Amino acid sequence: MAHKIAVVGDKDSVLPFKILGFDVFASSTPRIARETIDRLAEENYGVIYLTEAMAKEIPDTIKRYDAEVQPAIILIPNHKGSLNIGKSRIQKNMEKAVGQNIL
Amino acid sequence: MARLNVKPTRMELSKLKDRLAISTRGHKLLKDKQDELMRQFITLIRKNNTLRDEVEKELTEAMKAFVVAKSLTNEAFIEELFAVPGKSITLDIQEKNIMSVMVPEMNFTVDEDDKQSEMQYGLLNSNSELDDSIDRINVILPKLLKLSEIEKTCQLMADEIEKTRRRVNALEYLKIPQLKETIHYIQMKLEEDERASITRIMKVKDMGQ
Repeated sequence: MAHKIAVVGDKDSVLPFKILGFDVFASSTPRIARETIDRLAEENYGVIYLTEAMAKEIPDTIKRYDAEVQPAIILIPNHKGSLNIGKSRIQKNMEKAVGQNIL
Repeated sequence: MARLNVKPTRMELSKLKDRLAISTRGHKLLKDKQDELMRQFITLIRKNNTLRDEVEKELTEAMKAFVVAKSLTNEAFIEELFAVPGKSITLDIQEKNIMSVMVPEMNFTVDEDDKQSEMQYGLLNSNSELDDSIDRINVILPKLLKLSEIEKTCQLMADEIEKTRRRVNALEYLKIPQLKETIHYIQMKLEEDERASITRIMKVKDMGQ
């Protein structure tokens, strides 16, 4: 089954992905981002890249799709640099599974 | 450990013994599952961690370059440049089964319209920073796609490991000791009843003489 790839975030950060053939959805406010993600999840999107700056505002929405196989919401840094949300999610997963931080 | 609230009868005893056998087998299976999941998870999460480090670093660089490029050009031109994507990526997701955890297996197919995709825009309205940022993003692409797959897999596996661990613990520290204690209690009770009835019969026999 063919799926599509989306990028959600502030315009400056997501626009370059357009050249790769990803579907780019620029969203200026968290509300728009949330609505976009919910809409994309219902459509046939397999991976949604979301900038960390946006992700910080809408943790509940991301959590909702954590247990689903699709879509995979992957956090990416924006042009201002990483906020370490993606890294801390990895750490959290590790602590949940192993019980302690082993890295 | 609390004993189960059952009547000490032979019927219950045989039922409980069956339950204990099933619980022990289930516990062994779940424990094996947990060990295997953990083994795979640890290698995956290590890979996930290093991959994310690399991707984040490179992606930030690429985006910075893009922001510089954008600031040097008229916004309308930039929009125009990106209006027609140079390639299209299709994603093929298949569900893979790792120890009964459904994880996505992502296959990306990148089809470039023509090989000179880097020259999709005119020289006049672009600048070298733009080329640079697009080059960088192109380089990261395979890593980014790999990261998506691994990170989602880790996420799903972490949930499953937690669930399995709870089940294993519930069986090991609650269910099995409870059953064992109840079985012991019923056995003792039955033996006691037997002894009681023997002495009673002896007593009755004595009375007759």
